[in-house]
Amino acid sequence: MTTESGADSEAKQPQAKKEAEKEKTKAAADPASPQKQPEQLPAAVGHSTPARKEQEQQEEDQESHRSSTSRLSKSPLRGVKKVKMMQCKIALLDGTDYTVNVEKRAKGHVLFDKVCDHLNLLEKDYFGITYRDVENQKNWLDPTKELKKQIRTGPWNFAFNVKFYPPDPSQLSEDITRYYLCLQLRDDVVSGRLPCSFATHTVLGSYTVQSELGDYDPDELGSDYISEIRFAPNQTKELEEKVMELHKTYKGMTPAEAEIHFLENAKKLSMYGVDLHHAKLVGNLYESLAPAEGEDSEGVEIMLGVCASGLLIYRDRLRINRFAWPKILKISYKRNNFYIKIRPGEFEQFESTIGFKLPNHRAAKRLWKVCVEHHTFFRLVSPEVPPKKFLSLGSKFRYSGRTQAQTRRASAQIARPAPLFERSSSKRYNMSRSLDGAPIMENHEAPVKDGTDGAPKAVAKEDIITSVTTERKAEEEKEAREDEAQKGGAETPEPTVTTPLRHDTKDSEPPPEVAKHQTNISELKRSFLETDGGGGAAGLTEWEKRLSSSPLRSPRADEAPMIEPLELQDAEDEQPAGEETKEELGPKGAAAAGYLVKYMADSIITDGPSSSGPHGISLSTTMDDDVFVDGTLREEAGDKTPDSQEEEEEEVSDRSMVKVSPGAVRQEVSQAISDKKGTLIIFKQAENKEDTEYEGTSEKEGLAVPAESEADGNQRETEASAAVKGQTSVVKMLSPAVEIKTGDGTQIKGIDSPKKAMASWIFEEKVEISEVTSVFTKEVEELKALEEPQQKAEEIQPKSSPTRIAVSESSSASLAASTLGWVSPSQKESADQDEKEVVITENEAEPANSKAHDGGEVVAKDVPVVHTETKTITYESAEADTNGDADPGVLLSAQTITSETTSTTTTTHITKTVKGGISETRIEKRIVITGDADIDHDEALAQAIKEAKEQHPDMSVTKVVVHKETEITPEEGED
Amino acid sequence: MAGLMAGFGHYTHAVVRGIPASLAKEALRTSQAEVDLTGARTEHDAYVEVLRTKLGLEVVELPADESLPDCVFVEDAAVVCGETALITRPGAESRRRETEVMKEALKDLNLNIVEMTDENATLDGGDVLFTGREFFVGLSKRTNQRGAEILADAFKDYAVSTVPVLEGLHLKSFCSMGGPGLIIIGSSEPAQKALKIMQQMSDHRYDKLTVPDDIAANCIYMNLPDKGHVLLHCTAEEFPESVKVFEKLKDHMLIPVSNLEKVKVDGALTCCSVLINKKANI
Repeated sequence: MTTESGADSEAKQPQAKKEAEKEKTKAAADPASPQKQPEQLPAAVGHSTPARKEQEQQEEDQESHRSSTSRLSKSPLRGVKKVKMMQCKIALLDGTDYTVNVEKRAKGHVLFDKVCDHLNLLEKDYFGITYRDVENQKNWLDPTKELKKQIRTGPWNFAFNVKFYPPDPSQLSEDITRYYLCLQLRDDVVSGRLPCSFATHTVLGSYTVQSELGDYDPDELGSDYISEIRFAPNQTKELEEKVMELHKTYKGMTPAEAEIHFLENAKKLSMYGVDLHHAKLVGNLYESLAPAEGEDSEGVEIMLGVCASGLLIYRDRLRINRFAWPKILKISYKRNNFYIKIRPGEFEQFESTIGFKLPNHRAAKRLWKVCVEHHTFFRLVSPEVPPKKFLSLGSKFRYSGRTQAQTRRASAQIARPAPLFERSSSKRYNMSRSLDGAPIMENHEAPVKDGTDGAPKAVAKEDIITSVTTERKAEEEKEAREDEAQKGGAETPEPTVTTPLRHDTKDSEPPPEVAKHQTNISELKRSFLETDGGGGAAGLTEWEKRLSSSPLRSPRADEAPMIEPLELQDAEDEQPAGEETKEELGPKGAAAAGYLVKYMADSIITDGPSSSGPHGISLSTTMDDDVFVDGTLREEAGDKTPDSQEEEEEEVSDRSMVKVSPGAVRQEVSQAISDKKGTLIIFKQAENKEDTEYEGTSEKEGLAVPAESEADGNQRETEASAAVKGQTSVVKMLSPAVEIKTGDGTQIKGIDSPKKAMASWIFEEKVEISEVTSVFTKEVEELKALEEPQQKAEEIQPKSSPTRIAVSESSSASLAASTLGWVSPSQKESADQDEKEVVITENEAEPANSKAHDGGEVVAKDVPVVHTETKTITYESAEADTNGDADPGVLLSAQTITSETTSTTTTTHITKTVKGGISETRIEKRIVITGDADIDHDEALAQAIKEAKEQHPDMSVTKVVVHKETEITPEEGED
Repeated sequence: MAGLMAGFGHYTHAVVRGIPASLAKEALRTSQAEVDLTGARTEHDAYVEVLRTKLGLEVVELPADESLPDCVFVEDAAVVCGETALITRPGAESRRRETEVMKEALKDLNLNIVEMTDENATLDGGDVLFTGREFFVGLSKRTNQRGAEILADAFKDYAVSTVPVLEGLHLKSFCSMGGPGLIIIGSSEPAQKALKIMQQMSDHRYDKLTVPDDIAANCIYMNLPDKGHVLLHCTAEEFPESVKVFEKLKDHMLIPVSNLEKVKVDGALTCCSVLINKKANI
């Protein structure tokens, strides 16, 4: 069986169906699963549509209803048709090929899992599968994507390889894992990708021989036994003799021991685990690059090496610079350019961006991906949340596997007896066999247009760097369309097919016994922090680091201990433990995310109608570089982040509030958490694309990975938005303080939320809240004050803005709209109010990329026109009124914490203020849920709120604002 | 067990060379100092004596060559790491022939000889700082990119990072190794800048020992079987403040070595020997 194109539409249908079914059951089984949403979503959306829009909306509803039903009915005989199987041939590390059949529509992880099973490999996160693209370049198979979308042409041939080289192989749990790593390294050495000296060749060779052949035994082995095995790219007799000499000295060494020795030597090689990419310098300003005489550094040929610790820049064999991950704020690519934004140095004021020109667009993207993956794997505790697809302002690509920290923990739990396996690979290295080929793994290619895994299409951010140029985009869109067209009608992507990454990740999760260890991410994070500071700073506390670095500048000859640790650059950048925590907890992946839900809980101590003090630390603190510890790549905050803007708008009256320095704030996290009383939840859900982008930007840290989006993103975007039925609704729930106190559940019923699930959930939540509150009321000494955000009337009008900045305005606008809504205590009223007061905008604002494309005008139907509708519903406790004109009080402390779960990112601001002798703690939570059409927003939202509540059981929820923004592209329903 | 990159500072042999009379007048120098030839020779003899007698190294003494006034500074002619010796192409044209005798001597020691034949390449050994884990090569008046590339080719196991040397003759004119993972660095601004660059380029962690005088930062570190950490450094007579710093190194056997005369022609301690670790037999 080989690939075909087009003729398999029949086969696809049932399978798509099957997948949909699977996902459904899965969703049913897992209440938190976002998967079940697509079906009910249209209806729900319609339900909550403001009257003004109602008619149109209904039509759309019907339409999507129709399409979804027709979709369902198209393949009534599910499971009847035979699933198309494809034969895959995987070149294993021991030189053998493994052939296995997988369903044609299977995702990458299916194949990967099969191979790992075949290899009896449990610590598989270090490995991956590669395939050759049309340019014969090696690409990593994306486990979350269908195989057939990655292998566009040719036979389904793959190779099993090490993807992340563990810096310390002795920490691997199993010998079998080390064995495969050895095999990979032997290949690296023999192929020349891992250069080493003659002496190293002999040493590595000797351990290889010991591992494979056992003790030296001239009788059994003969004198020429060794020339069968390959050790070096240019193997000489002399080398073989030296290898034999060493081999003789290893008597009694077991294979596993020999492999450990092999790895201990190999890991020290400077090119160990370095993935090289050809590039040229862009611009001629280059720190510590010493150009040859008369040479401009512009256009100098270099190599970019991606490794565990960061990005290495080579010129020929020389390292001319190195950027540790903490030093890199952002990576991005545009066309065939790759950019890194560098954290300013000690004495520098500004960030700098360094550009590199890759041979072509695909090379740039490949490099970018490899960077994203390495950064995530080696630097983060848990992977970032993939951004939402249909808003595709950037690539939704994220590393979806486990990080090194996670896999270490998981593999520490491996309890099986050491598996027996045969080391029989020597034959593959005999001279005749041609190995991988290129002396260095160069990702060098000629420009070719190929939409394999999707050409980038959308852009993101205010940053030029990430923006796709017009031509490019047009081209890519066309590509994408053609792509879709090729696939034929049956291929029309459906939401169910467009499974969000997150789901896929789940699918690819390891067997339960292993997987369970990663369930408790926060625990993991904690212990990770305890055990391993992460990165180069290991071992040293920040304090120690500071100590050691401070005398550095003023050495005094006559003073005591003169030896000072010379810190690595990254160590220097690394932040105190607290900050690291923050980093690790920090919201990630919201960057290019589309769908955004914000949820803020203001904690209020409602002991009397006292006014609230200043609440909410301006988010801008979070944007502070210092806060974002340890410099993981962080989404570029820019100067205008909607979050901070919004925040500030909310806090108009609180302007006087001092922004607490992030460092200080951080220290108090735990304390503040235990102190808090009363919770105000403002739930804001936004699906405005730009908005999202922005918020993601501002809140995000971790690897910022803006980039062009996948080729089919556009299409999906369309479907997705069609499915979701764009709409923005802001719901605020405020339960009157009195009610809360009395412990009688605030009735939040019939929330005009787009989804019933959400409504019911909120109701539940409310009950919980009131219970909590009743417990809570007893604490008199603390004042709970509700700080209602001040509405800015002028902001109420969401503007459809062609620029991103404008977009951010519109997002704040919706927030303001939400504040408008709170006046109405009952759901119905609020609904009414929505009609009257909340401006329902039909934002013609298109995604930034399309703007670039058509200059803000709707040009063609393929161009996603974003209609944004805004709706606000507010529930609020009565006290809100009282504190409207409240005295701000004195700010005691403020802090910001962030945390995340799979699909949500939570930013928590805790402020403590004292006013009139009463102290108040306010917690404001902003939860951003990024999701696709297929994500059950309600579920995610509910989960997020629930979690927030669980975290602060002693507080009451006083306000919930749900802000939801959806884009709709009415014309392009199902395509 | 064979282990690579182990035993930093282990040496068995040293190659040195005599001082030609021409050094006094003709040796290259950055200042206009008058060199006392006798003083320089006495100094050098004492230096060699320390290596041979005090430290027990096998010293190979090459004869001075009057046509090569700088030939005593053997370090620039060869870079030896492990079993490999890179014969350099010194940046100063007048010094190119210094490598000839050196090459023969190292051949005799059974090292794998790599020659720098590229006519565009220049490299002085004084620009090469080997930390035990990686190389830093100063790009200076004497050493260029191409020379560094060839060095990187010769020692493939190690990362080779380039460091611009903006002031001073060589990279090692203001730094050297003081132990495994310990960099001794001068306190001048260019020295500190260079250190920062090294720090940024490195995957490894180093300690540093800052001394007030740049040239005093050039020391010879060894780790010898029965002596442990050994540090040859400047005398108190020359750099009293820096010596105070060295005296705080409690784990090191400290051996002050006078270098009053040679320093006038930019000769530092490391310049006057090539240290080699010949394993008995692998």
